[in-house]
Parts: sequence; C-alpha cells; structure tokens
Amino acid sequence: MSIAVDHISKRFGAFVALDDVSLRIETGELVALLGPSGGGKTTLLRIIAGLETPDSGTVLLHDEDATRSSVRERRVGFVFQHYALFRHMTVHENIAFGLKVRPRNIRPLDWEIRERVNRLLELIQLDWVGNRYPNQLSGGQRQRVALARALAVEPKVLLLDEPFGALDAKVRRELRAWLRHLHDHLHISSVFVTHDQDEALEVSDRVAILNHGRVEQIGTPDEVRRKPANEFVQEFLSEEVALAKAQA
Amino acid sequence: MATAVSTAFAGSRSFVRRDPVLVRWILTGLAFLVLGIFIVLPLAAVFVQAFAKGWQGYRAAIQDPFTISAIRLSLLAAGIAVPLNLIFGVAAAWALSKFTFVGKNVLLTLIDIPFGVSPVVSGLIYVLLFGAQGWFGKWLSDHDIRIVFAVPGIVLATTFVTFPFIARELIPLMQSQGSDEEEAALVLGASGWQMFRYITLPNIKWGLLYGVVLCSARALGEFGAVSVVSGHIRGETNTLPLHVEILYNEYNYTGAFAVASLLSAVAVVALGLKKLLEMKSTQEAE
Repeated sequence: MSIAVDHISKRFGAFVALDDVSLRIETGELVALLGPSGGGKTTLLRIIAGLETPDSGTVLLHDEDATRSSVRERRVGFVFQHYALFRHMTVHENIAFGLKVRPRNIRPLDWEIRERVNRLLELIQLDWVGNRYPNQLSGGQRQRVALARALAVEPKVLLLDEPFGALDAKVRRELRAWLRHLHDHLHISSVFVTHDQDEALEVSDRVAILNHGRVEQIGTPDEVRRKPANEFVQEFLSEEVALAKAQA
Repeated sequence: MATAVSTAFAGSRSFVRRDPVLVRWILTGLAFLVLGIFIVLPLAAVFVQAFAKGWQGYRAAIQDPFTISAIRLSLLAAGIAVPLNLIFGVAAAWALSKFTFVGKNVLLTLIDIPFGVSPVVSGLIYVLLFGAQGWFGKWLSDHDIRIVFAVPGIVLATTFVTFPFIARELIPLMQSQGSDEEEAALVLGASGWQMFRYITLPNIKWGLLYGVVLCSARALGEFGAVSVVSGHIRGETNTLPLHVEILYNEYNYTGAFAVASLLSAVAVVALGLKKLLEMKSTQEAE
C-alpha cells in the first residue's frame, strides 16, 4: 500500500515542526526519514500513523484520504523508539494484544492467535521467550518483540521511530541487516526514522532528508551521496562521515 | 545511593563512613525516643484506657446504639466519598498526565486546595452554600431538602476533604509512565476503553490501591469539616470521630477511648496495607 503526505504543516506553539512537507512512498518501498533531531522526522511519522493531527495538508493511504480517520482505522504497524512494550504482559501476550482486542466477529480463534504469535516469534528468532516479561529481555530482543507485535495485526504499512536508537553499535548493525532482510521477505511499505546516516543509506530504498521541518532532498542512497541537493545535505552527510572516521 | 556516593569517592571511603559510632547511636536513639513518646506511647494509651473497665466495659461501649449508628454513618460517608474520589481522581490524573491543555496548572492547583485549606473552612463552605442562611438555603428549605446538619452534608464534606488523595498518588505515577504504552495499544486497534482496561489500569493498580487506602483512612477519620456541617445529632449525624468527642466531653473516658481504639485500629490496618502495597509495587518495578 502506498503512503503519501501532501503539503503537511504542523506547529507546536511557536515551534514549526513541519513546514509544507510532501512525500510519496510506493507500495513495498522502504524509505528512511533522515535528519538532525528536531527536524520533524518523528512528527511526520506520527502524523502518518494518526497519533498527531496536522494543522494543514492531507495524508493518503493507498490513495485514499486518511487525514480524518482515527489511529484505529488506519491499521498501521508502529514501532516506538523505546519499544513501548506492555510491561505487565508476557511477550506472548504483547504480540497477541492487537488480535485479542478485535471485535468478536473479526477476531481469530484462540488457537489461531496462538499459532500466529508462535510463527512471529520464530520469525524474529525468539521462539523461546514467549513466557518472559519485557524487562527480562535485552534491548535488541525487546526491539524485535516490538516489531513482531506491530506485524501481528498484519498492517498494510510499517512505521518505525528510531528503531535502533537505543541499542549499542554491534546490535544495531545486526538488526539493520535483519530489518532489510525482513522487509524483502514481507514486502510491506515501510518508513523508518533515523538520525544515523549510515543506517539510512545502508538499509533503505530511498532516503528523505529533513531539516527544520522541510524536506531537503529525496532520492536513492546513491543519488543523495553523489548529488547532494544543497549545502545542508552535503554538510550533514559529510559531517557524519567525518564523525564516523574520528570514532574509528 | 549512599554506597554509590562512597564508592564514587573510593579514595575517601573511610572518611565518608567515619561518623563515630557514638554519634550514630545517639541520633538513632533520639529518633526512637521521640517516636516512642509522641506516637507509640499515645497509641498504646488509647488501647489501655479503652480496656480500663475490662473486656466487658469495652464491649458495652462499642455495642452502644449511638456508637453503632456512628460506625454506620462513618462507613456510609467513606463508602460514598471513596468511590467518588476514585472516579474523580483517575479522571483528573489521566487528564493532567496524558494531555496538555490550557488551564492545566490551574487544575493541578485546584486539586490541592483541600490539602491547603483548614478543614473548618471546608466545612464552613457548605454551611455558607447550603445552610439555612446560605445562598441556596431558601430554595432547599422550600423543597424540603436538608444538606447541612444532615447526612448529605457529611458526605459532601468528607468527599471534599479527601479529594486529593487518589489524584495526588496517581499523577506522578502516570506522568513517569508516559503515554507510549497507551499509544501502542491504540495503534494496535484497541478502543479507548480497552486501552484503559488492559493497559492503563494494570499499570497504575498498586498506586491506585494505595491512594484508596489513604483516602479511606482519612474519610473515616475526618473530624474538622464534618464537625462543622454535622450538627452533632446523636444517632443521626454523628460520625465516629465526632462521637469520640461527645463521649469524652461527657467524662465517659472508657467509652471515648473504646471508640477511639476503633479509629486507631483503622489507622494501624491502613499503615500495614500501605506498607504491603509499597512492597508490591517496588517488586513489580524491578
């Protein structure tokens, strides 16, 4: 399913989070929203999900106006930066939640739910943690459980907010490759927010670079690397490279 | 915390810990002495005095019809005030911790008013509003509705005075938990009620119970505000604390202390429950 945002603007008080942003994500594409913090990436993601309402502009899901539909109706998968796992539920219960809260007439049977959860646990290679609580898992495991929970309701769109932000470098790299792999396998339109240029360029089909609430450039990783649209993009990308080199 | 500090200054560890043993003993001893004289001793005295005429005297005092009716009224007032404040408290805490809106700080301050205002003033407010000479006094007497010097006044005053307990308990808890989990539930397709029932409520349950315990203890023990609106009609508008005062003023010491021992027992039970709930909630936090 395609996602499109059209002339979206959003302010918080005097702060302009998004300033006339337009963007289109084709079916099955994996797009990264890249930029410095405070650039509006997360706000844009939350507007697509319906967790935030834009001041103006429209959100189109599968070319249908979804601006006014509720979070529930949009049926998107959302992975939160700090996982937001339900702390009082086991991993199994967490993943099953989205199915269990469905109205009776469209809720799968209990055994179907159990089976689907088990399949997802296998998919995230954590079939042995079903009975544990989130606080008994490592950061990387929690992140994968959060992803499985989002996928359980078979969303048409997957949105990830700094999915690897809180993890250490090694786990990050592993999960990055794993996410790309998973995406190729499921082929679901996905948008993920990151401030890590390496992450964006390595994983995504296309990168949208946001700064001060505006889209500075959209293109494939190759395009933005070779032909930065403006000084900001060039500087932002090279700064990160310089930083990475300094750290190495 | 103390160990973290002392290991941080690893070199001067012995220095940090070098409070002489004597000083520590004196300080601890003083604390226990003050606690003993001002809290344990009076509490013990209540029970000693209550049983001054033996078990028979105690039972007679408790089974007195006026005492029974006072117990009933106190339970009724608490039984209405606590559920009401449970609803108000959860609603207020929810609004204040999960949303930003104009007037938020005003609401936060308003919740604290019953804590800040003297209970006597809280009682007088209702006399001013609903008393015979009050703003609505004439209308109420025309319609034959009694609020002041009657049960509704007592319930109102109790509710007002105990309003902040549950809200105050929940606000910091809900603020620290944020709304991530609630948002996650909504994205996964939960309705507002399902989100509250399956996510919010389980996360706040210990804090909520804790608030209910404190609120109930205070509702049963409230004296000042209730005293103003009650009118002290025996067997009708006398709550337990008011009954203690009346008995005491009549030099019926055994009776007064016997009834007082009931209130003290409520306090002790509340304290025990409070401790238990604290342990439960820290257990879950780990």
